[in-house]
Amino acid sequence: MTIGGAGALSGAGTGGTVLEVRDLRVRIAARHGTVRAVDGVSLEVARGEAVGLVGESGSGKSMTLRAIIGVLPPEAKVTSGQVLLDGVDLVPLSNSDLNRIRGPKISMIFQEPMSALNPVMRVGYQIAEGPRVHLGYSKAQAAERALELMRRVGIPDPERRFRAYPHEFSGGMRQRVMIAIALSCEPEIILCDEPTTALDVTIQDQILRLLASLCRESGVSLIFVTHDLPVVAQLCQRVAVMYGGELVERGHVHDVLLDPRHPYTLGLVRSAPDVEYVRESLVPIPGSPPSLVSPPSGCRFHPRCAFVEQDCRVQPTPLRELPGGRYTACLHYERCEEALADRIRP
Amino acid sequence: MSAISADGLMAVERQVAPRSVRRWYRQPALAFGVVLLGLIVIAAVLGPLLSPYNPITQNLGQTLLGPSAHHLVGTDQLGRDTFTRLLYGLRNDLRIAFLAVVSPFCIGVVLGSISGYFGGWVDAVIMRLVDIVVAFPFYVLVIALVFVLGPGQRSIYIAITLVGWVSYARIIRSEILVAKRQDYVLAAQSGGLSAVRIMARHLLPNVVSQAIIYGMSDIVQDILAIVALGYFGLGIPPPTPDLGSMINDGQNFMTTHWQLTTFPGLVVVLVGLSLSLIGDGLADIIRPGQA
Repeated sequence: MTIGGAGALSGAGTGGTVLEVRDLRVRIAARHGTVRAVDGVSLEVARGEAVGLVGESGSGKSMTLRAIIGVLPPEAKVTSGQVLLDGVDLVPLSNSDLNRIRGPKISMIFQEPMSALNPVMRVGYQIAEGPRVHLGYSKAQAAERALELMRRVGIPDPERRFRAYPHEFSGGMRQRVMIAIALSCEPEIILCDEPTTALDVTIQDQILRLLASLCRESGVSLIFVTHDLPVVAQLCQRVAVMYGGELVERGHVHDVLLDPRHPYTLGLVRSAPDVEYVRESLVPIPGSPPSLVSPPSGCRFHPRCAFVEQDCRVQPTPLRELPGGRYTACLHYERCEEALADRIRP
Repeated sequence: MSAISADGLMAVERQVAPRSVRRWYRQPALAFGVVLLGLIVIAAVLGPLLSPYNPITQNLGQTLLGPSAHHLVGTDQLGRDTFTRLLYGLRNDLRIAFLAVVSPFCIGVVLGSISGYFGGWVDAVIMRLVDIVVAFPFYVLVIALVFVLGPGQRSIYIAITLVGWVSYARIIRSEILVAKRQDYVLAAQSGGLSAVRIMARHLLPNVVSQAIIYGMSDIVQDILAIVALGYFGLGIPPPTPDLGSMINDGQNFMTTHWQLTTFPGLVVVLVGLSLSLIGDGLADIIRPGQA
């Protein structure tokens, strides 16, 4: 898989904005202080569009998703920002108001389908539950709907599988069940929290194709959290890169992954193996992710950055728009261009 | 291709899944408990058919007879057939014990779920209530409550409910505290399901087996409490047969007619033994199968 096939699976999102996240901040109260898990993240997702959200573990990707759909752990809180779904801000809504939106408008898929499915409930009932609760379907209608969804996500022999328990399914089939549950009330957007990480590569490819076809055919939008860059390249049209709770770069997948404008993205791309294009050995990013209790001053990436300058240590680095509709937080992004030019020139 | 691998996996899983079903009779203790309890329950249910005598009608011409073909365990001081009274006493005590376990089970499971799921001040209030009840020994509190409420079945039910729910609440609360951190709860929440639905449909089926296991040993405790109450004259009022009051009545004739106290005592021991064996066996089967 090369990074070259940017968003090859799904068509470009057209139509209006479905979800807009504005300056979202999440704080987690921990014993050793307040963790700034998400610090001023802004995103936009168009109808039928898949947006990738990449970053290493602990960069705040999953917290961003959980904040969007309102299922943060009890010790975490959204301290500011807006999550606009069709123009309605979800952040101030009560749980019972949110429950009318979760399911029919927005839903979520998790990394581990085994633990995200109820082990003692037949999968058919788990899929049928959403339509029963949200769409007011009768038991028979909901069961019919579940069978239809199982066919749509490619579960063979749905009539027999309807009464099976999650442990009777393979990993890929379980993830299809998760997708069927997420789709059950025809949401506008599905948040995907590393849905392919726990699967092997061939199954991963099947699941990605399924998700892409959902975007294309049903106009569902996706936010796809992962640390797997080729997956982003395969599925997403646009990508946002997170580091230390902040967005450091945002733009079209093609631009960001092939021609990064932030040294962290450059580091991510260089540390990912590429089978078809054998280049020099992988380059790791030195150091370790920043503490989110007391993050570094200035640019949060500066202690690990090869291009660090004096102003990086002090000056705050909000996202700035660059020509071509892309954004970077780097003060000296031209250094990336120079580095890439040196490296890739034949 | 995935269909084939899924089928292959299902075939493997099918062999593994019924393990708990296949295994129950392989555990000698559990099997013995089940058989023993089965016999006891059959004897209690069929009591009226197994004995030609009435357990209450006095026959003052035939008091304190020894064991014979007519009276298997003899008669008591009022000429009533002791074997018949054993069957009827067992019937009463078992019925009350099984019924008495239901309401503390339900109340404890509901309050424990609420406490564990919501946490916060709700949890604090419920757990302080639990602490208050737990501060007293079970039998002492039950006996004191029945004494205050007056003897009789109704008081037994009320007392056991008031005292018994706390154990279920504690068990379910701790199980829910663990289970609510699981991804499937997160998934249910992000599917827009209400808290009540998540507790009832998603969490409880995953945790209730622990309460059921405890319920087995709780029945034993309740039977002992009922017998103890009967012994103290606080249980089912005479002349209705009850194992506790039979032990107490027979005590006066201990030196001459030992069978009047010994057999009711033995029956209590057998009931307790069978239920304990079943409880332990169930725990062994259900707990590892949960993971």
